[in-house]
Amino acid sequence: MQWSDEGIILGVKRHGETSVIADVLTRDHGRYLGLVRGGRSRVQRPVLQAGNSVAAVWRARIEDHLGGFVLEPVKLRAASIMDDPFRLAGLMTLTALAQLLPEREAHRRLHEASLLVLDQLEADGVWPALLVRWEMGLLEELGFGLDIAQCAATGAREGLAYVSPKTGRAVSLEAGEPWKDRLLALPAFLGTEGGSPDRADIQAGFKLTGYFLERHVMGPRGVAMPEARDRVLGNL
Amino acid sequence: MSRRITGPEIERLIQLLARLPGLGPRSARRAALHLVKNREKLLGPLAASLKETEEKVLVCSSCGGIDTVDPCTICTDDRRDASIICVVEEVGDLWALERAGALNALYHVLGGTLSAIEGVGPDDLNIPSLISRCGPGSPVKEVIIAVNATVEGQATAHYITDRLKDFDLTVSRLAHGVPVGGELDYLDEGTLSAAMRQRRPF
Repeated sequence: MQWSDEGIILGVKRHGETSVIADVLTRDHGRYLGLVRGGRSRVQRPVLQAGNSVAAVWRARIEDHLGGFVLEPVKLRAASIMDDPFRLAGLMTLTALAQLLPEREAHRRLHEASLLVLDQLEADGVWPALLVRWEMGLLEELGFGLDIAQCAATGAREGLAYVSPKTGRAVSLEAGEPWKDRLLALPAFLGTEGGSPDRADIQAGFKLTGYFLERHVMGPRGVAMPEARDRVLGNL
Repeated sequence: MSRRITGPEIERLIQLLARLPGLGPRSARRAALHLVKNREKLLGPLAASLKETEEKVLVCSSCGGIDTVDPCTICTDDRRDASIICVVEEVGDLWALERAGALNALYHVLGGTLSAIEGVGPDDLNIPSLISRCGPGSPVKEVIIAVNATVEGQATAHYITDRLKDFDLTVSRLAHGVPVGGELDYLDEGTLSAAMRQRRPF
């Protein structure tokens, strides 16, 4: 078994004295783990930092085996992000949450979205809003996507202001008015109307995605939300 | 079927030596043979030394370093500058800095870094004791964060910096850049960019 693909390093674990097991989100093969021989060497360590893009070759004698990676650098973003605590927290949030994806299942759209967020992180661009959208995409890829195209009560496609915490479906401003205290806010930039978000919108977006991630993903698996995500929220 | 070539005691010694860093089964076999051949000069003293270390080794309650006394030799050395604490990930890093002789200060060993993949949070590290060492009435004026230049290392550095921001002290970190003997052509882009950003006048 052998394949080549592009990938993003999500993390590495030590394995023995000289090797590591790399967790890589690849474009066509999804999230894959593999042994990187010499992964703790001076040459390999800068490459094997979370958020870096790599050209990956994965080999194994039998498909079910852990397999081994040969990873070549394509774009080394981590070093330029490390100095800034806010952007580093964004990087760690993305790479930690991406590890919730099941292994060996292609998630091409999320891979593309991850590259977009990481490039914005590197360029110090509008990444917090993109990270919220990325979390929406993650929920969708995990099978818990939110239905925010139209109002669950009236079918309206405009004026959507809330999301039902029970169903994950959008509710319009008018229809949701009587229950607004129990509904989650749907910031305009996530809806059909788009627009440029302010700090409050991004916070509301993180609250929305965080609620459904906790409920459908973290809670059932008994894992905590990455601590880095709290640092992102605290620094918005 | 493999045949046993030595008694179980020597086999056990080989197995234990093979678990040491840098030693595999073959090199462990060679080391064991060397020890057995030099029973008086090496095997006996080594066994006694191992036993003594096993009985006396302690983790310093102040800095988290390893010694046979608590507080450790470094913490009780009054020739060191007590106004500076150098924070490192592991005891090996402390020993590396001491080997270099680059600093005459106290240390603090975290015992690792924050890591989502390994499930290590702030409470799993030796951070609360660092905060208490820097608290009110402390002579500490500078904390040097000498953690590895990795994503996890730097996240830990930022976390500590954040926890120390209300204290009346300077928090500094190691420079990132071109290593001694390093050739630019062989350096990764990240190191080169960091070196360029942190350039200084001649």
